Amino acid sequence: MGTLKLLQGNEACAEGALYAGCTFFAGYPITPSTEVAEYLARRLPRIGGVILQMEDEIASVGAIIGASLAGKKSMTATSGPGFSLKQENIGFGMLCEVPIVIVDVMRGGPSTGVPTGPSQSDIMQCKWGTHGDHPVICLTPAYVQEIFSETVRAFNLAERYRTPVIIAFDEIVGHMREKIEIPEKGVLPVEDRRRPTCPPSEYKPFDETQGDVPPIADFFSGYRQHITGLNHASDGFPVNASPRIHTDELRLLRKVEGNRADIIRYDTVMLDDAEIAVFAYGVSGRSGKNAVELARAEGIKAGLFRPLTIWPFPEEEVAALASRVKAIIVPELSLGQIVLEVERCAKGRCEIQGIFRVDGDPITPAQILEKIKEVG
Amino acid sequence: MAFNYDRHIRHGKLPHIWCPGCTYGIVFKSLLRAVESMGIPKDHLALVSGIGCASRLPGYVDWNTLHTAHGRAIPFATGLKMARPDKKVLVVSGDGDATAIGGNHFIHACRRNIDITVIVMNNFIYGMTGGQHSPTTPVGHLATTMPFGNVDPTFNIPSLAQGAGATWVGRGTAYHVPALDRLIIGAIEHKGLSVLEIINGCPTTHGRRNKFRTPTDMLLWMKESAMPLSAFEKLPPDQGAGKFPTGVLYKREAPEFSETYFAMVERLQKQQEGREG
Repeated sequence: MGTLKLLQGNEACAEGALYAGCTFFAGYPITPSTEVAEYLARRLPRIGGVILQMEDEIASVGAIIGASLAGKKSMTATSGPGFSLKQENIGFGMLCEVPIVIVDVMRGGPSTGVPTGPSQSDIMQCKWGTHGDHPVICLTPAYVQEIFSETVRAFNLAERYRTPVIIAFDEIVGHMREKIEIPEKGVLPVEDRRRPTCPPSEYKPFDETQGDVPPIADFFSGYRQHITGLNHASDGFPVNASPRIHTDELRLLRKVEGNRADIIRYDTVMLDDAEIAVFAYGVSGRSGKNAVELARAEGIKAGLFRPLTIWPFPEEEVAALASRVKAIIVPELSLGQIVLEVERCAKGRCEIQGIFRVDGDPITPAQILEKIKEVG
Repeated sequence: MAFNYDRHIRHGKLPHIWCPGCTYGIVFKSLLRAVESMGIPKDHLALVSGIGCASRLPGYVDWNTLHTAHGRAIPFATGLKMARPDKKVLVVSGDGDATAIGGNHFIHACRRNIDITVIVMNNFIYGMTGGQHSPTTPVGHLATTMPFGNVDPTFNIPSLAQGAGATWVGRGTAYHVPALDRLIIGAIEHKGLSVLEIINGCPTTHGRRNKFRTPTDMLLWMKESAMPLSAFEKLPPDQGAGKFPTGVLYKREAPEFSETYFAMVERLQKQQEGREG
C-alpha cells in the first residue's frame, strides 16, 4: 500500500516527477501551472535537488537542458504563452536528443487569453510548436492519479528515447483535487538513460550504428563531446547540405514513430460493441466517460476512446475504430484541432462530429450526450 | 618554448570558420593558454556558446562543449553549473548574442552572481549574418541595416554588467595579448559571475565599411584607443573621447549563487536529520 493523499493535478505532477527521480526543475511563474513549481520548491531542496526560478520561460528550458546534459533528470512547467516561448529550446532538445520533461497546463488563448480558464487548444502546438520536422511524444492525462503516473511515464519515455516529452493537461485537472495513491518506491518502473560503455576516445554522441537511440554521456564524465543545435554528424559536429541531415532526421522521427506500440497508451470505456464512439482526452475525456455511461443507460451503444498518448497520434487505433462505428464524436476545448487528426485517420469511413468550446467552461456530459443522440 | 595548443584543440576540426583578418583566433589562443596555465583538467571544463561567429569557438576546443541557441548560452550554462557546481563553466558570446537577444539572461546572471565566466567577444557588428548593427555598433557607423549611419545608441558592456550586479568586470583587447591572458585567468579565478569584454575587429562586415582599410588598421585602433584603467581615470575630462579603459574595471566579493543554494540544501537536510534522529 502506498501513501494516500488529496492532491491537485499540478501537485500530483510534481509528486510524479519526484517519484521518477527528477532532481532539477527550472520554471517561471505562470497561471495555471505555478503550483508545480511551488510544490517542487518545497520538496526539491530537501532531497538535494535544484529548483530555479529563471528570468523567463526561454531560460527555464535552457537550464533544464543544461542540467540534463550533466546527467540530471529535469523538468519545467508552464502554460499557454509560456509554452509558446519555450518552443525554441524544445527544438534544441529534440535535435540534440536531450531527455527533458515539459509540462503544459493548457489555458485559453491565443495571447494572454484566459489565464484561469481551461483549454485544449495547445495540442497542435505540442506537435508543431517548434520549427522544423521533429519527433514529439505528448501525454494527456485526465485524472489526478493519472497525472502522477503519466508524469512518471513521461520521464521514462524521455530517458528511453532520449528526447523531450510533453505532458499536456488542462486547467481543470491541473487544479482539481482528488484522492491519489502514491505507490511505494519500486512499484512503478523508473528508467535511466543508456550511457556509453565504450572508451571515451571512441564515443560519438549521435552514433546511429548504436541503434536509433544512441547512448548519451554526461558532461564532465570524461566523455568530452560537442553538442550543437546545428544539424550534426554522428560525432556531434556540424554538417551542411549533407545526405546525413536527411537520414538523421528520419532516425529522429523513427525512434518515436517506430516505437508507437511502446509509446501509445489509451483508455476505453464500453467501446467493444459501440456504434457511436467518443474520442476525447483530458477533461473532455472525463465528460466523455460520463456521457457514454448516460447513453448506455438509455440503451444507446456508445463507447469512449480516451488517448493518454496524443502524440504520436493513435492512427491505427482510430482507423480501426472508424471502420466499425457509425460515428466518432470529438469534444475538445478548442475550435477544432485534434478533430482534424481523427478525420485524417478515419479517411471518411465514418461520420466525424466535433464539439468545440472556448468560453472558459468545460464541455458537459449533457452536450456530448445530445450529440450522441443526434448522430444515432 | 612555444606553447603547444594541441592538447586543447579538437583533432581534425580546424581550419576555423573565421575570416582572414578576424581577431577571434587571437582570443581563442589566449583562452587556451590561460586555462592551461591554471591547470584545470579538461574534463572539469564546460564551454558554452549561443549563435554567431564567436559562438563557433567551443567546437574547436577539446573540453565539454555546448553550442546552443541564439542568446541562450547563459541559461544552459546555469543548468550545467547548478547540476555540477564543482565544475568550471565558461561562456563565450558576441555582442549581439550576449546583449541583444540574450540581454535578459545576461543581466540576470550578473544579478544572481553564479560562478560562470562570461566572455563577450565584442566586434561591434552582427558578423555571421553579414554586418547588421548590434547594440555596440558605434553611432554613425555604417551597417547593412543602418546604411545611412547608425542612429541607434549603444551599450557599454562593462557598465551594463556592473549595473546588473556582476562581481568581476574586465575589458581587454585582441591587440593587448599578454594582458588578455592575465584578464582571462582573473575572470576564471574569480568566484562569482565575471564578465570579460574583449574588443575585437571584424574587417569583413564592419571594418572595411567604416574607414578601417585593413585588418591591421583595426588592431592599431585598439592599440591607440585602449588605456589601462588607472591611466584612463587620470585623463582630464575633455581628453577621454575615443579612448576606453581596459583591465579589471570592477571587482567585489559577494555570496556566490550555487554556494548559497547548496548551503540552504545542507541546512534543510540537517534539520530533517535532526527531526528524524
